[in-house]
Parts: sequence; structure tokens; C-alpha cells
Amino acid sequence: MIVRIMGEGQWRLADDKLDQLNAVDTDLEKAVSSGDEPAFRTAFTALLDFVRAGDKVPDDELHDSDAILPPGDSSLAEMRELISGDGLIAG
Amino acid sequence: MSIFRRMSTIFKAKANSALDKAEDPRETLDYSYQKQLELLQKVRRGVADVATSRKRVELQASQLQSQSSKLQDQAQKALSMGREDLAREALTRKSGLQGQIDDLQTQHAQLQGEEEKLTLASQRLQAKVESFRTRKETIKATYTAAEAQTRINEAFSGISEEMSDVGLAVQRAEDKTQQMQARAGAIDELLASGALDDASGSSKDSITLELDRMSSGSDVENELAAMKAQLAGGSAPKELSGDTPDPAQAQAPAQQPAAEPARPQDGDVR
Repeated sequence: MIVRIMGEGQWRLADDKLDQLNAVDTDLEKAVSSGDEPAFRTAFTALLDFVRAGDKVPDDELHDSDAILPPGDSSLAEMRELISGDGLIAG
Repeated sequence: MSIFRRMSTIFKAKANSALDKAEDPRETLDYSYQKQLELLQKVRRGVADVATSRKRVELQASQLQSQSSKLQDQAQKALSMGREDLAREALTRKSGLQGQIDDLQTQHAQLQGEEEKLTLASQRLQAKVESFRTRKETIKATYTAAEAQTRINEAFSGISEEMSDVGLAVQRAEDKTQQMQARAGAIDELLASGALDDASGSSKDSITLELDRMSSGSDVENELAAMKAQLAGGSAPKELSGDTPDPAQAQAPAQQPAAEPARPQDGDVR
């Protein structure tokens, strides 16, 4: 699967990593919904590191992503705004 | 629903709504390409804007830094003249400046980070736009209704996601730059008002004035002592030489003839 980290690019992850990815993502989801800033930071960093460990997709390849992560320096508040889907994402 | 799946859904919805508007999908290829080039321009302007802000912050930091070392020198000088109160005042001002310098350095690091990110984003987008252009020409050349829609969809979803990403990156950089410009403006005003003193040293702050007054005051004292020594006919020059350790002062008493005798009192009152 292809995962994008906004502001950084796209990575290709082997399909057998999906379970691990889901586990890290669940931690993040919990932290965001409970508004726990330190837990959010830890979980988000873990998720980003996990994705960055994959194979970088070359710049000149056009693919849409199976999953998209917000910019690495997003705050908890920004994260909430991003996933709420209001006008923040320019397009 | 998981975080990244939600984000991905939002992006796909945007790509699809752009496609739905098109009647002949081939027309939208050129239109989209136009939009991509515009975005590329926008990112490059963004990089230039952030660089401008970064340079401004750099300049301010160096101005404050030289102001700070000037205050350090003044404190040293005041203390050597036995004016602990003045030294304290200079150091207090210096520590006030240090907070602002630290703040500027943080801002500088942030701006530098934004600049690097945007530069990379613009390189990525450029590579993708180029790929899109190639695909666009191929699709138009080999167009048959059956295959076109799928291939156009593929090309679109890939580029649309990149454009959303870069668009947001530019927006975030703009927001940060604007916040910092407001703060930089405040510091510029402070520098201009003389509240921080002019780092070039062209205008004198109260500490400098006081130190100048004190050193001209002690010159006067030295000269007076030298004159007294001469009047005494050299009968006891060795006793007085302790008060005038600088022989140049004693040898050239007329160089500054009793420069404004009221000044030493002035300095003492403070």
C-alpha cells in the first residue's frame, strides 16, 4: 500500500505490515479522541517513523495514496481540524 | 474510522468532485495542467516569501545581539568606575534583550524549516507535473472513449492528491510567516523608537551618557590634581602622583582646559 505523509511525500509499505500499521493507528486514534497531547505526540511520532521506514515513492511517479497522514509537525488541535474535513485542505 | 483513512477519504472526495464537473474529460486535462503550473508558481513565491522573512529575522537578531554586547561592555565599564547601580541597570536591560534574541532564534529555526519543506515540496510537485504532462499527451494521442476515462482518472487522482498536499503546505507556511512578520514588525518599531537604542551607536542611551559624563568628570579631577601639583612648585609631586597615575594627563594639563566644571557634580547627584 502507498501512504502519504503530507508535506513529505509518499512511501510504499509491504501489505504484511498492515496489521502493525493498524495497531499504531489505533493508539493515535485513542489519543486524539481523548485529547491527550503527550500520548498523541508519542503515537503520531511512532506512526510517522513506521511509514518513513518504507520505500520512498520517486517524485515523478503519479499514484494516489491508500492512506494519508497529516504533516509531521501538526498539533493535536490541527489534527482534529484536518480530519474534520472543513475547508483547511486547499485544492 | 482510523485517522489516515479519514484523511484519505477527504482527499478522494475532492479529486472526484473535480472530475464530476468535466463534460469531456480530455478538456479537463489541459485545465488541470494549467492549475498545476499555477500552483507551482505559488509554491515558488512561497519559498521566496519565507526566505525574505528569515533574512529579516536574521538581521534583527544580529542587531539585538550587538546591542546586547554593547550593554555588557557598559556594565563592565560602569563597574570599573565603581558604579554598581549603572552596571546593574545595563545588565537588566541586557537580560531583557536576551529573551527577545532567544525568541528570534526560535523563529529563525522555524522559518528555516518551512523554507526547506517548501523547497522540497516544489521539487516534488515539479516532477509530478512533468509526469502528468507526459501522460496527458499520451492520453490525448491515443484517445478512445473506452480507455480514456480510466487513465484520466488515474492521472488525476495522483496529481490531485499532490496538489492538495502542496496547497496546504503553502498555506501553513504563509500562516506562520504572517505571524512572525507581525512580531518582527513590533521589534522593528522598538528599534526605531530608540527604546532598544540604536545598535549603530549613533544615538546615545542614558547609560552611555552617564558613563561619558563620569569619565570626563574624572579627567577634570586628574587635571585639577596636576595643576595643584604645578602650583605647589613641584615641592611634593611624588605625593600627588598617586592620584594621577597617568603621566600623560599630568604632562598635558592644558589639553582639556577645565572642561565644563559643573559636570562632576551632575554625575554625583545621580
